[in-house]
Amino acid sequence: MKTVTNYIKSLFLFELLKGMRVTGRYLFAPKFTVQYPEERAPMSPRFRGLHAQRRYPNGEERCIACKLCEAVCPACAITIEAEPREDGSRRTTKYEIDLFKCIFCGFCEESCPVDAIVETRVYEYHFESRQGSVITKEELLANGDKFEQQIAADRAVQAKFR
Amino acid sequence: MSMLIDFWNWLPVIIQIVIKIVVIVLPLMLMVAYYTLLERKVIGYMQIRIGPNRVGFKGSLQPIADAMKLMFKEIVLPTKANKFLFLIAPMLTLAPALAAWAVFPFDETLVLADVNAGLLYVLALTSMGVYGVIIAGWATNSKYAFLGAMRSAAQIISYEIAMGFALVAVIVAAGSLNFGDIVRAQQGSAAHWFWLPLFPLFIVYFIAGVAETNRAPFDVAEGESEIVAGFHVEYSGMAFAAFFLAEYANMILISALTALMFLGGWLSPFEGTFAESWFAWVPGFFWLLAKTFVFMFMLLWFRATFPRYRYDQIMRLGWKVFIPITIVWILVVAYAVVNKMPWWFNT
Repeated sequence: MKTVTNYIKSLFLFELLKGMRVTGRYLFAPKFTVQYPEERAPMSPRFRGLHAQRRYPNGEERCIACKLCEAVCPACAITIEAEPREDGSRRTTKYEIDLFKCIFCGFCEESCPVDAIVETRVYEYHFESRQGSVITKEELLANGDKFEQQIAADRAVQAKFR
Repeated sequence: MSMLIDFWNWLPVIIQIVIKIVVIVLPLMLMVAYYTLLERKVIGYMQIRIGPNRVGFKGSLQPIADAMKLMFKEIVLPTKANKFLFLIAPMLTLAPALAAWAVFPFDETLVLADVNAGLLYVLALTSMGVYGVIIAGWATNSKYAFLGAMRSAAQIISYEIAMGFALVAVIVAAGSLNFGDIVRAQQGSAAHWFWLPLFPLFIVYFIAGVAETNRAPFDVAEGESEIVAGFHVEYSGMAFAAFFLAEYANMILISALTALMFLGGWLSPFEGTFAESWFAWVPGFFWLLAKTFVFMFMLLWFRATFPRYRYDQIMRLGWKVFIPITIVWILVVAYAVVNKMPWWFNT
């Protein structure tokens, strides 16, 4: 009996019409598309985008060249060279992140004891040269200065979870 | 006006024909271009997306942009390809797709060549398209292209039989091979059209038409997930565009033929009802276009809905389902015609 009903169903394209009814209904369904440059999807404060290095309010850079981020980086994207500064404090002379290697896992940010290296919400950037993907300490600090407000706000929201 | 007619008659016949061809082909090309946009839009909407909406107002210039892009792209010739066959294949595909429109009646009198064996001519030309596909697959000298061409050839030939049988029944019912006569045989009302007495064949013809044009769900010839793009993997630029145009022109042709042979072509759907006089001013061409559009939309709807058939299932459907159905129904129709069954065949 079952085979007979199945046979009749397939002969009269019953299942196919059912499928077409579904797609036909979706033709008139409201669309979810976010029109990107004009509209943007909401973003989490935990978003991991372009890197930045932060400073203390007095303008002193936070990074103490402990190299924990370099050690934890699973993609080996971070290169650090350090030397004592004239005043005797330990600072980096070179801090570079290769954004092509970086997988944006956020481990560097997690490992940092002084909250120096952070990942911002910036995800729209481009490089114009082959070396451009390696961002230097100056660029990282500039990013930090530029987005400090947003970074600080995001860290404040997340403070109780850390 | 009379001056214009005089001027027209003064023109040499060859020029007249060329002008007529341009008048048919140009709108057809435009239709093909906007059919691609419609496809992307409709499929997008069925997948809860918006589809192209950046170029021009709501994406209305997208097909133009695509055409420009393809025109300026390089036609890459594979080193091991047979250059002559490689370049002639797209033309062999496109030419029959356009030539088939020559015998197509757009209205009572609007036909380029009122050939008595019009249906045969169309059947012959739509079958010619397969040569382009096979030659493309062969000349490319690539295994994917070759596989695609083989699949496509086997599929088109299989479905040609069911399609031919469906048309035999149309010929039996109409008593003529001339498209004009086929449509005139359907006169009366929407219930007089052939879709009702030939209903199974109507469905079979349309599905076979989908298979014939290598459209989803019968698109094994270019199954992206298996053989990249099938017979036209190595084509780029205008050569690719020619295949693309041919495919869409064929889709429109199949839709239009279905409308012509089963839905009464240019006949008004209100014929024989109380509303007939209200719509008397609508030109027949409009009705034909509307009916064609229904089928064109169905093709897109199929593509948005159905997953691709497995290859052996395609063959099974063609040989074990469609051909028996059509043969049985030819007998039924022949019996009805011989006995002058009332309503449809008693004239």
